[in-house]
Amino acid sequence: MTDVTITITDREGVTHEVLAPTDMNMNLMEVVRSFELAPEGTIGVCGGMAMCASCQCYIESDHALPEKGDEEEAMLSEAFFVQENSRLGCQIHITPELDGLKITLAPEE
Amino acid sequence: MIKTDILIIGAGPTGLFAVFEAGLLQLRCHIIDALPQPGGQLAEIYPKKPIYDIPGFPEVLAGDLVDNLMEQIKPFQPGFTLGERAETIQKLEDGSFIVTTNKGTQHHAPIIAIAGGLGSFEPRKPLIPNIHQFEDKGVAYFIRNPDVYRNKKVVIAGGGDSALDWSIFLAHIAAEVTLIHRRNEFRGALDSVEKVQELKKLGKINLITPAEVVGLKGIDQLEAAIVQMDDKTEVTIETDAFIPLFGLSPKLGPIADWGLEIEKNAIKVDNTLDYQTNIPGIYAIGDVNTYPGKLKLILCGFHEATLMCQSAYQRIHPNKRYVMKYTTVGGIHGFDGSVKEAPKAVVKAIE
Repeated sequence: MTDVTITITDREGVTHEVLAPTDMNMNLMEVVRSFELAPEGTIGVCGGMAMCASCQCYIESDHALPEKGDEEEAMLSEAFFVQENSRLGCQIHITPELDGLKITLAPEE
Repeated sequence: MIKTDILIIGAGPTGLFAVFEAGLLQLRCHIIDALPQPGGQLAEIYPKKPIYDIPGFPEVLAGDLVDNLMEQIKPFQPGFTLGERAETIQKLEDGSFIVTTNKGTQHHAPIIAIAGGLGSFEPRKPLIPNIHQFEDKGVAYFIRNPDVYRNKKVVIAGGGDSALDWSIFLAHIAAEVTLIHRRNEFRGALDSVEKVQELKKLGKINLITPAEVVGLKGIDQLEAAIVQMDDKTEVTIETDAFIPLFGLSPKLGPIADWGLEIEKNAIKVDNTLDYQTNIPGIYAIGDVNTYPGKLKLILCGFHEATLMCQSAYQRIHPNKRYVMKYTTVGGIHGFDGSVKEAPKAVVKAIE
């Protein structure tokens, strides 16, 4: 399987270009953790259940992402620093369509 | 002063299972947890969600796993200090420890096992600039005693079960209840959503959605909340109380100041031996610890709890010899006098 390139700006404002596998059932939050772009314990706190907002990120490229599910909508409606382009990284699976995606991690709550 | 052999901090699955392993070694345990109920994350965040990697359970609901662990440790009569957060630790001359909670409850034990998971759960506070100024002066993140809101005007914010449930409850005793949420949809039990709908129709709950509290006003005491509507217009609502209920998030908290070696928001332990920290007599097990190759899995926490108890036994009884015994062989001898044993094989001649 192929890897996709994703550009991630961390909470310190540093931009990283990373290769994410499409065949490991990974999501965006897990990609950030696997490259240690945010300290452990500050991202993916609930483990990826859309039950915290620690993996909130802003989508900065015009990729067509899958629609938000009810749980993601509900969590984002109670999260802080939410913008129009906010998503929960844990709800975005890494697929070939995401090649070239650009995101910025939201501040820690 | 509460006295015990092993003082466990954190009533999640790892802390609960440690009671069982300690009990097999005739060691008594007491557990402190900041939440009002045992179970940690499993009970607080995802009680109704399934877990698939507990050995021997193809599928088990998180809440059921907690219930099972409570049943399993019952014979060993653990003590609980719930709804209190372990705040300070003091080492005595004999090497034992006194741990004091935020409410002043003191616990004395020769062994401390920190099974604190991601930390203690604390309320998520909305980003309103002057909110701290009104804490305990109208702003509360928990409702401890609902009676203080009798005949008062109350503004509640949030979209989950606690916001719904408290709105319903307070609608009957408060002078006025306003529920504010950023969207029209609520995430809660269907019953609660319908009940709020009904109370809204009856004029008992003033529902404002989609909207958000963006400011607070008052001199000493809270007097009004500024609410921003979807179209960015603002309205001011007079109120005596503002209760934001945005759920809880875990923080390592005071444990971080106990002189333990911390790395990646977790406590470093010796994984080659017994999960002891840099302070002899203090262990860290489960999600709260870190070591090379650490995985935050419940099953790893169970393993760590088991080895920790063997080491604790040796610290408490340095001159006693002991070898591990299988429960199938030794059975379970509870401190409550209960005995569980494998049935004896029947030996009978065939004529």
